[in-house]
Amino acid sequence: MTAQEGQQHPLGIYIFAWILLFILSTGSYMVDYLDLQGNLRWGLIVLFMLVKAGFIVAIFMHMKWERLALKLAIMVPPVLIVVLMSMMSIEGDYTWLTRIEFFGHSTFSTEPMNH
Amino acid sequence: MSEAAATTLPTGPKGVVTDFSADMQSFQVPWGKAMMWIFLLSDTFIFSCFLIGYMTVRMSTTDPWPVPAEVFALNFGGQPIPLVLIAIMTFVLITSSGTMALAVNMGYRKDKNKTFWLMAATAALGATFVSMQAFEWTKLIVGEGVRPWGNPMGAAQFGSSFFMITGFHGMHVTAGVIYLMVIATRVKKGFYEKRGNNYEIVEIAGLYWHFVDLVWIFIFAFFYLW
Repeated sequence: MTAQEGQQHPLGIYIFAWILLFILSTGSYMVDYLDLQGNLRWGLIVLFMLVKAGFIVAIFMHMKWERLALKLAIMVPPVLIVVLMSMMSIEGDYTWLTRIEFFGHSTFSTEPMNH
Repeated sequence: MSEAAATTLPTGPKGVVTDFSADMQSFQVPWGKAMMWIFLLSDTFIFSCFLIGYMTVRMSTTDPWPVPAEVFALNFGGQPIPLVLIAIMTFVLITSSGTMALAVNMGYRKDKNKTFWLMAATAALGATFVSMQAFEWTKLIVGEGVRPWGNPMGAAQFGSSFFMITGFHGMHVTAGVIYLMVIATRVKKGFYEKRGNNYEIVEIAGLYWHFVDLVWIFIFAFFYLW
């Protein structure tokens, strides 16, 4: 397959990805419906999310069949998001501690914190 | 790009070096597709900033965060079902992604009619999604008193994060529906048939649409399920 012919692939692979997305989305929903908690919950949410995202980008958006130059140019920059996420996570924790330090407990209610 | 270049280009890491260093265009795809990918990359950063902002306010608030499973539950026969509307919206969007992928495929097969109808179906599913979102917003604003500056369930930041993130995503879906309708109409009128029977634009529109679905997957995981 060359670039001139565009992205022509058999229909089967799209149907496969489509069905898989349905199954994985049902999985995501079941995590909430069955009220799973703790690490199992966060783990499954992130796992289903990443697998779904991977299939959409790879199959539906044809990234699987693009040249490595385009793959790297598009897929590498988003890695920087992890840096911002880590920094803001530290900042968020610090702000929370500062608020507890200055204002004491929650100003909204006396219920246990769920953050 | 010449015919000879396409057949002799190396692949893998060596291909990356060749693509970027040789005296030719770097990305061996139509320029519209490369530009759409770069736009989507910038959009990725915008949505990431929103989601990271949401993470920060949720981590730093000392008030309890409203439980999404309860906030977004719908009653069926007096029985609250958690997140049911959001689940249906997710399935609607995934279905639309599937019809869009098939439309792109039919476009490359030069099947004008099937391309048009699959794109029309995608746009209709997108419009359904936006309508359901409008219903959800109405329920939250009118029924449950959620405002960007506060709500009766807990942390005030819930409303601002919710309206900003889902609003921006809904705006993308709306823009996508309009975009798809414009391209679908042109497909039907034979605009691309006259231009060398070239349906690459369908794939470019498809990239945008799949991206909208992609963003929803992250919103669904981080905002509704977390």
